[in-house]
Amino acid sequence: MENHILNVRNLTVDIPLPSGMLHAVQGLSFHVDRGETLAIVGESGCGKSLTSLAIMGLLPKKAIRTADLLELAGEDILNATESRMSDIRGSLMGMIFQEPMTSLNPAYTIGNQLIETMRRHRPVSVDEARDRAVFLLEKVGITAARSRLTQYPHQLSGGLRQRVMIAMTLMCGPDLIIADEPTTALDVTIQAQILLLLAELQKEFDMGLILITHDLGVVARVADRVAVMYAGQVVEEGSATQVFGRPTHPYTQGLLDCIPIPGKTERGKHLGSIPGIVPSLVGNLSGCRFADRCQHAMTDCSAADVGFRPASEVGHAYRCLLTPEQSAQNAAKLGAA
Amino acid sequence: MLIFAVKRLAVAILVAITVSLLTFSMIYLSGDPAMALAGESATQQDIENIRRVYGYDKPIVIQYINWLGNALVGDFGHSHYLKTDVASVIFTRLPVTMTLGAAALSFALLLAIPLGVLAAMRPNTLIDRIALTLAVIGQALPSFWFALIMIYWFGIVWGMLPITGSASWLNFVMPSVALGYYVTPAVMRLTRAGMLDVLSSDYIRTARAKGLRPVAVLFKHALRNAVIPVVSLAAVQFGFMLGGSIVIETIFAINGLGQLAWESIQRADLPMMQAIVLVLACFYIVLTFLADLLNAFLDPRIRVG
Amino acid sequence: MGMIGKAGVPTASEILEPSSASLMRKRIFGHYGLMIGIGSLLVIFAIALLAPMLAPFDPLDQELSRKLIPPIWSGSAKATWVYPLGTDGLGRDYLSRLIYGSQISLLIGFSAMLISGVIGTTLGVLAGYFGGRVDMVVNFIITTRLSMPVVLVALAVVSLVGNSLWIVIWVLGLLIWDRFAVVVRSSTLQVRNLDYVAAAQAIGCSKMRIIFSEIMPNIMNNLIVVATVEMAHAIILEAALSFLGLGVQPPAPSWGLMISEGKGLMFFHPWLIGIPGAALFVLILAINLMGDGVRDVTAPENRN
Repeated sequence: MENHILNVRNLTVDIPLPSGMLHAVQGLSFHVDRGETLAIVGESGCGKSLTSLAIMGLLPKKAIRTADLLELAGEDILNATESRMSDIRGSLMGMIFQEPMTSLNPAYTIGNQLIETMRRHRPVSVDEARDRAVFLLEKVGITAARSRLTQYPHQLSGGLRQRVMIAMTLMCGPDLIIADEPTTALDVTIQAQILLLLAELQKEFDMGLILITHDLGVVARVADRVAVMYAGQVVEEGSATQVFGRPTHPYTQGLLDCIPIPGKTERGKHLGSIPGIVPSLVGNLSGCRFADRCQHAMTDCSAADVGFRPASEVGHAYRCLLTPEQSAQNAAKLGAA
Repeated sequence: MLIFAVKRLAVAILVAITVSLLTFSMIYLSGDPAMALAGESATQQDIENIRRVYGYDKPIVIQYINWLGNALVGDFGHSHYLKTDVASVIFTRLPVTMTLGAAALSFALLLAIPLGVLAAMRPNTLIDRIALTLAVIGQALPSFWFALIMIYWFGIVWGMLPITGSASWLNFVMPSVALGYYVTPAVMRLTRAGMLDVLSSDYIRTARAKGLRPVAVLFKHALRNAVIPVVSLAAVQFGFMLGGSIVIETIFAINGLGQLAWESIQRADLPMMQAIVLVLACFYIVLTFLADLLNAFLDPRIRVG
Repeated sequence: MGMIGKAGVPTASEILEPSSASLMRKRIFGHYGLMIGIGSLLVIFAIALLAPMLAPFDPLDQELSRKLIPPIWSGSAKATWVYPLGTDGLGRDYLSRLIYGSQISLLIGFSAMLISGVIGTTLGVLAGYFGGRVDMVVNFIITTRLSMPVVLVALAVVSLVGNSLWIVIWVLGLLIWDRFAVVVRSSTLQVRNLDYVAAAQAIGCSKMRIIFSEIMPNIMNNLIVVATVEMAHAIILEAALSFLGLGVQPPAPSWGLMISEGKGLMFFHPWLIGIPGAALFVLILAINLMGDGVRDVTAPENRN
């Protein structure tokens, strides 16, 4: 337990709206270890991005964050002052955003923006910071790194900018990196490069990595553990092998059925889809949030909140009334259909 | 950057030529300039003389080319009324108006930019409402009336500031405020809108995610980008202020270009009027040109690549 | 690589949005600035229209025996309800002059706005719709116009051509069309690239038809906002010209002229400039509030 770089217990994010309270994230608990990649998977609007902003302490002002525990490297960051949080951000944990095209300030050179990050947190000279920037730019695969320092963001392609963003989060050697859909805005060919780069760097620098994405192909390749989110809750969590090999929650099963798997999915076979839409998260909610779209829904599903329970293997858990055996049968049927 | 500058310069020169043409044709608005100049009691012979002396008998194109050619080397002709060289009068008056304009612009920017930034940092709060209300009120105050109100309270009732003249810097306080406040609402709204835009941008989120202190986020990352459009607006408004100084200078009896223009209009001193219009227009053209260059300099997306 | 479909997640605003008509009504009536602006404008308009009935005296009627009576709130012994706003240096009833003055301000503001609106809109639509060389030429004309100092040129032209109400209106109208042109140009550009304009072109509608039935209705909101700004601008300019003695000529009761006439007496009779100036302020404020309100209500996302 002591190896947890990030420990989150019962994290909730509510956003007050004129029509009621929007329960964007509810009762989220997870942890990330040093040298481990946790993937948080889910559809747009399921609360993944708010989760990352909640950990960073960068939520919009009106959002309300509560939790039983929020610890980074053993330090309580739930009750930390804003000034302490700004010391932590960029130093102990960094974040990479979805839009590399707009995430860098157009008015300053990338060298300026890289050096500024380090000088904010470490007592180094400009020259030392510049050397570190060059070292990291080379690490993230940018050629002619020293001359790139004087370039402006608009002179770089999206892929290069995302590499610069990655280098920027590494400037102070953080314990944890949160990457929020880091490849969504990039060309498909670049996506794989950036992901592999992230995975590689994470191992090399022995950091924790939270990879937030809606791209399951990505997850299968780089994640150690996976948390599947639906409508603000984690519905299934486990190692990548567990979640992909033995999906237990009907939503996870449905998701995996939507993806063609090379060698497994037969040519001409129809891919699955999940009928219905995500429920509104405004107002009081009870029962299983997936019940409306679930093929296996029972009357009990809507009655009371469904708790998180362990599946048959250690480290694998899910949020459903079905037993692991029933789920396995359902999964088998899906595969056969 | 160079190509951009050259293109802008070409347009600026073309605009200046067009303005000179318009200014030149002003003398024909009242009909025969020689007749107007000679006055009502003049004989036909007098008018003919004047026409010949001032060159009004030559073809209009020749007149224009002569006038423009002289203007280019700083010779705007002779003032009918003052009986002196127009250019020398203008250049003794110009610095006064420039001082007034610069003071007015400084006042406007010093008030508008901090107010706009504050309003954008706390949108829809009391400070924002106060700033917006001030803007709405400022836009509805006619400057000549506001000037008189200030004269009444600060000059007469409380006796805090001198009412007329341009002897000391105190003389410039009320005129600068009267000339500058009118620009404040526009600059403030633009600063506020720009800051709101920039503060919600991805790169500000990045700056915060890097752990930068609020001051660095605000001044280094946000204001720098939000202020770019304000530069253009300030240049344009400075040009407008010089044109608008005619009212303010007249009220406060400041010996600048505006008052000279006003006197020349009353004396029907055409060469002087033409010269002032042309000088102010050219000043505006140069100003906007410089603002474009400064803009390009501030925004690397224009400057580089 | 499989993506989870971006299923139709209703956004917060979709959930909250009632029907657009009732929303619009709510926005209009809930906007205090707009309501106050329109209300005051209607009152001033009614005053101008009913001036002969409302004004207790002839605004030009001089009577030196009753000159410089202070307004009733001054507390002076001379103040009387017969002349609630007092009288000016020539003994004319200030209330009557103020009432008739609204006619001049509204007439000039409205007419100059119409003239400049027609010029500016034409130029703007041409530039925005045809683009290319037409756009270049229009931009050039706009830049040239902007470089001419308005007040100075207006004063010079009026002094050379002679002054009457209509000359002032035309000079102002011919000078202040720039904002119309700039705004109409950019909104036409935006609308022109929308699908329905392309569709109209595709089914072979004539250019005139597209401009008048597809583009004009869609830039109306912006046009109204600029119209209010320019009307206020024209009213202020007229007042400034009249204040300098080159606008509306005495003895007409223009508010600018009233301030000019009161200027010499303001040390001892400050209401002479206070009252007409306040009237100008209220009128311009009302017009601006209406313009800001229209902008907020029609395009809240453009609010700045």
